[in-house]
Amino acid sequence: MSDAMTTLVDRTALPTSHRAYQLYWACVVIAMAAVTLIGLQYGWLRDVPEVLTIPVAEWINVAMAAIVDRTQPAFRALSWLLAQPMHGLQAVLALLPWLTVAMAFAGLAWVASGARLAVFAAAGLLLTVLLGYWTEMMNTLALVGVSVPLSIALGFGLGAAGFLWPRCRRGLDLLLDLMQTVPAFAYLIPILLLFGFGPVVGLIASAIYAAPPMVRNTMLGLSRVPEGQVESGKMAGCSPAQLFWLVRLPGAMPQVLVGVNQTTMQALSMVIIAAIIGGFDDIGWAVLTALRKAQFGQSLMAGLCIVFLAVMIDRITLGFAEKARVHRGRAPVPLLRRRWAGVALLVLLSLPVGLALPALNEAPANSVIAVAEPLNDWLEQFLITHGALLATLKTQFFYVVMFPLRAGLENAVTPFTWGIELTPTLIGAYWALAALVTLGLGARSFALGCAALFVFWLGYFGMTGVSWVALTLFMIALGGTLGGVRSALLCASTCLFFVLTGLWDLAMLSIYLCAMGVVISLGLGAIIGGLAAHSGRLSEIVRVVVDTLQTMPQFVLLIPFLMIFQVGEFTALLAIVIYAVVPAIRYTEHGLRKVDPGIIEAARQIGCTPWQILWQVRVPLALPALALGINQTIMFGLAMLAITALVGTQDLGQAVYVALSRADAGQGLLAGLGIAAIALTSDRLVRDWIVRLQTRRPVPDAAMGPKPGPR
Amino acid sequence: MQPVNAAASPIDEPDLAPVKLSCRALWKVFGTDPEQVLANTSDTGGRQSRIRAIREAGHIPAVSDVSFDVREGEIFVLMGLSGSGKSTVLRCLSRLVEATAGDVLFEGQNLVELDDKAMIYMRRHKMGMVFQSFGLLPHLTVLENVAFPLKIQGVPLRERLDRAREFVSLVGLEGRDAAMPDELSGGQQQRVGIARSLAVNPELWFLDEPFSALDPLIRGQMQDEFVRLQSQLGKTIVFVTHDFLEALKIADRIAIMKDGQVVQIGTPADLVLRPADDYVRSFTADVPLVRVLKVSDATVPGPVTPETGLAVAPETTLEDLFAMHDFNAGDVSVRHADGTVMGRVTSSSVMSILHRAMMRDHGSKDERPGG
Repeated sequence: MSDAMTTLVDRTALPTSHRAYQLYWACVVIAMAAVTLIGLQYGWLRDVPEVLTIPVAEWINVAMAAIVDRTQPAFRALSWLLAQPMHGLQAVLALLPWLTVAMAFAGLAWVASGARLAVFAAAGLLLTVLLGYWTEMMNTLALVGVSVPLSIALGFGLGAAGFLWPRCRRGLDLLLDLMQTVPAFAYLIPILLLFGFGPVVGLIASAIYAAPPMVRNTMLGLSRVPEGQVESGKMAGCSPAQLFWLVRLPGAMPQVLVGVNQTTMQALSMVIIAAIIGGFDDIGWAVLTALRKAQFGQSLMAGLCIVFLAVMIDRITLGFAEKARVHRGRAPVPLLRRRWAGVALLVLLSLPVGLALPALNEAPANSVIAVAEPLNDWLEQFLITHGALLATLKTQFFYVVMFPLRAGLENAVTPFTWGIELTPTLIGAYWALAALVTLGLGARSFALGCAALFVFWLGYFGMTGVSWVALTLFMIALGGTLGGVRSALLCASTCLFFVLTGLWDLAMLSIYLCAMGVVISLGLGAIIGGLAAHSGRLSEIVRVVVDTLQTMPQFVLLIPFLMIFQVGEFTALLAIVIYAVVPAIRYTEHGLRKVDPGIIEAARQIGCTPWQILWQVRVPLALPALALGINQTIMFGLAMLAITALVGTQDLGQAVYVALSRADAGQGLLAGLGIAAIALTSDRLVRDWIVRLQTRRPVPDAAMGPKPGPR
Repeated sequence: MQPVNAAASPIDEPDLAPVKLSCRALWKVFGTDPEQVLANTSDTGGRQSRIRAIREAGHIPAVSDVSFDVREGEIFVLMGLSGSGKSTVLRCLSRLVEATAGDVLFEGQNLVELDDKAMIYMRRHKMGMVFQSFGLLPHLTVLENVAFPLKIQGVPLRERLDRAREFVSLVGLEGRDAAMPDELSGGQQQRVGIARSLAVNPELWFLDEPFSALDPLIRGQMQDEFVRLQSQLGKTIVFVTHDFLEALKIADRIAIMKDGQVVQIGTPADLVLRPADDYVRSFTADVPLVRVLKVSDATVPGPVTPETGLAVAPETTLEDLFAMHDFNAGDVSVRHADGTVMGRVTSSSVMSILHRAMMRDHGSKDERPGG
């Protein structure tokens, strides 16, 4: 995170009030230094004193108990009601021969996209049958089959309401932000308390979790219907209802379908994670039990089935969305109709065939192909041969990079870890170096000097060791510089939230792990995205990999790292990086590519070398897009952070996870809100930064685009 | 043939068609509290001081005190540059934009006072509108787009498709029934827009810069076809454009707008021969006079001597007259379509009208804003 901040401070020093900012930050630096020095003597300046914490979690639990007491019958009834269609779907899917279900999916894939996807779907489903996960897969499908329509209906309703009544837009935005940033584990707890145990909880949680993209895309689509179409509808004499259903909604349909695709994928991802509450023999549960038994081969195979399912559903829904965009729902109609008819015929024909032949009817309960066991053996062999090396790698990285960042050099440098003692001379040398670098950089740019000092300070004391008062001061100053009073207030209240709830240390651990993951992701993303922006072929390869990574449910990403590096923060870090690198790559490539070719041509004509074109032209012009990429990377990192609680972290995510196992709604909600607070604060700060960038450097198409025709 | 060449030259006055649409003291003010601001100011100090007062209150008068009448079967053009408020006036007439003050009378009924239901009835049965951006629904075929207003009215499927087909062929798009809008060129898309606006057989036809988004060559063709269509249909038309030559080509009368106000209303010849101010003159300066001036402008009373046997209609342009007649052979009689003789055109009457037009141009050449 510190790298990002360096740039933040640098870019926002407004030339007009340069002096004032320098004075302001000089005061902040002096105050932070004073607090840190005095804090060496008085511990309460450094660690949050317990007297400040308020037992909010207990209050929530009391309130929750009261609510549950009064409303439980109603919620239980709702739970029963929702369970019916799910069990019905489950029963139907279990009754049908697997051949028929596979046929139906392959046919759907064919209509949606073509023969390639149909073959892919058929192969994936066949593999699922052979691996013995068919029943589990069908149970997952039954869950998804109920939660997706629920989520889509919820999302569409909220989106349409947000469009029709702009007054509720602000409240809706906040609701969406919370739905997306509070980890789903956290709101599983109250749902669990209200609805009782069972798969319905997962269903409801996934319906809530997956709704935001539908809401956003619905609102976006509806508001982007060209004014000319709306006016022509009005002049045709549409009543308000006709205008909405016959003009606005069809116009917004392509965007709405993009929402359907995203919502479906998120619901699937959540349904699989929700398996941790168990009770429904689904594919997520299969992965989890295998992981708990350390059967990595089995978990990997089940994970593979999930990836197949996810990619298949993604491409099918995307295929329909694409059709709506390109052909506006009207490919050569007779052809489409004939395809549908053909699929229906095949599915019907497969029914008697499947019922007649047991091999095509009942899917095997266990794997008929021996993959998992050999895989386990291979892994064992691999760990025996390379285990020592991997362990060394992991430990060294932990001692040299992770531990100092977490606990500070003052704690990390010991004869045991670094082989040296942290003597007063060394400490003196460290701070002398700090002063030298700060002054050196400060001579070039004041902000850069401040940032360097901040990094040295953070490095010495570590995320968990820095004074909470000093860090709060810094955050408020940063918020004020980037976004003014409101952002400063947001930073202050986030810090205050962690102080009062006693979650400060956990929050620091979350930020430490997430920030490290984000910085690594950004580095990787910059390199890969930058290279991909220059080479068409590499771009193709990267796109396939990135698309697949994004389609995978987050849960599955844990498996390979868990296999090789076992539980621990290192594994969590790798999982965060592999998930958060996706937006980093995407936005880097997109930002660098979309720079106006006319400007590049002009730069080449002036005589810029390729390197100069990159740094002097492309990067500055792509900055707003790159900043947006940083923002998304942070959001992805935080989302994955909550999931990595499964592999043993010690942060807020873990607190949520522990609370879930204890059904402790108060603790879970607070820790969940904590993660949301971190997400919303960093989102706000990065957005403030983007606004700064854009007001200084107007986006080309907004400033120079064609003027609307004369009126 | 237009049924009535309304309000043109003084000689025509007696057979004016009845007023169909009337716009009275229309205001559209943008800002936080436009009604109040407009109510707080008054006309007593004149329109300009009222506009100034509105601006001082932090509001923007987009349309200021606009009044005009449109007669039955007339093509009335609102012409002005970008930001002159012409499109806003049109939208106030159809109530796509609600006027801040003023009345819009249609056959004596005040549209501004109609409730939503009555307004929907009005739009379904009395009005058609063509948009600069075409406004076609991208998910419907050409035929379905044209049938859309009928569907909204609840006309049964078969009947509405039959009627839509009729209008599709009226605009020359036979055979493209099943095409989607994005498969058509701009000109073809606007033909669909025109067919759709006509499908309900409206009495009022609003066109908002219908040809501005088209290439010059296509634009010319479409203008010709529009004139041909109107000669068959005889609708009452309000046509918005920023192109003065387009206005001259199609208009019976033109209202020139500037900064939300009407500067001058008149026939094309009026504007060319008697521009109200330098702003109007700046538009008319480069217009080829012989294309704007009509035979009726050069007509003098009295019988033709000596009789040459040639008679022309009063709305013939001088350019066409020169093409068919050599004045060395004598004068030409001017005769209405119904056979009544209006007067005659002589070489000296033509010379004098051209001279008058050119001298008003010449005399003020140096003051022309922007030349």
